Amino acid sequence: MITLQFVPYNELNRLTPLGRIKKILDIVKENKIVLVEGRLKPSEEAELIQRTMEEVNREFKGIELCTIYPENKNDDAINKLKATMIDLLIGNRRGLTVIGPATIVKEIKRDPNKIQLLTNNMKKRRRR
Amino acid sequence: MINKISKFINGLFSRIFGKKKNLKLGLYGPTNSGKSTLANRISKDWLGEEMSKASRVPHETREIIIKEKIEVKSKGKSLIFNLVDTPGIATKIDYEDFLRYNMTKKEAKQRAKEATKGVIESIKWLDSMDCVLVVLDSAQNPYSQVNITIIGNLAARNIPVLVVANKIDIKRANVKKVEDAFPQYDVVGISAEYGHNMEEFYNALFKVVK
Repeated sequence: MITLQFVPYNELNRLTPLGRIKKILDIVKENKIVLVEGRLKPSEEAELIQRTMEEVNREFKGIELCTIYPENKNDDAINKLKATMIDLLIGNRRGLTVIGPATIVKEIKRDPNKIQLLTNNMKKRRRR
Repeated sequence: MINKISKFINGLFSRIFGKKKNLKLGLYGPTNSGKSTLANRISKDWLGEEMSKASRVPHETREIIIKEKIEVKSKGKSLIFNLVDTPGIATKIDYEDFLRYNMTKKEAKQRAKEATKGVIESIKWLDSMDCVLVVLDSAQNPYSQVNITIIGNLAARNIPVLVVANKIDIKRANVKKVEDAFPQYDVVGISAEYGHNMEEFYNALFKVVK
């Protein structure tokens, strides 16, 4: 059975950057797939990878990570400004970050407007 | 806007106080994208010797490797830099993956341990780079999170980037897909292994660094 845990923007936003990473990793290490409202900053993504590498061991092999961000390359300046204003007012809640333990999530494919999440169990079932 | 002001100020300072010494040119990318092969190609082209060990086994480079004072010349211009080959960045490392490359369990575990440290080192070194070549396998999906995280971090630090779509010798290579994935960056397709398109690569390098 796969467990998905949704983490709202507000729950992470009140934490320090390191606190955010710790919270995400703690949930992932419980073998759950985390769905974070909004997108992590690039520096947080890098920190998450670093922390993950520090914690890799026999049981925990790392993570699969994917961010989906609504970004229309054809947006004009007004729409871009609107999006920036919304981010400033309510925080960067746009998009979704998916993080799962590598032992459960085999691969997250993004191409570029859809994502496919392949789990290890699903692969085994397919082989049967 | 702030980025533009920051770039302008940096440019002004470099013009006033001269070029920065020991320009660090980093090779970043996911595992097995050909970073060490490109490092060897550059080093061989201009110094006549290789600098890294390249292999088909993932995480062959597990420590930062630096080749100092490489001078590249193109169209009457010259560029001197320290080339920094970094371990491939990954979000997961499983020692069992190495067992299929005829390693013992002990060797595989040791390699996995070193590989995790290598990823951490690569990320730590990002801040000290002056320019980065993001090396991608053009036969793979460019929209992987590792690629996006690397490029996002370089953009946040205002570090100039050249995206190198490597392995164009492979039949399913798709440089256009890499260009579409990163439209705001210069992309150059090469085969580091066979030396295809290296002249265009060096021209693009000059364009990005200067």
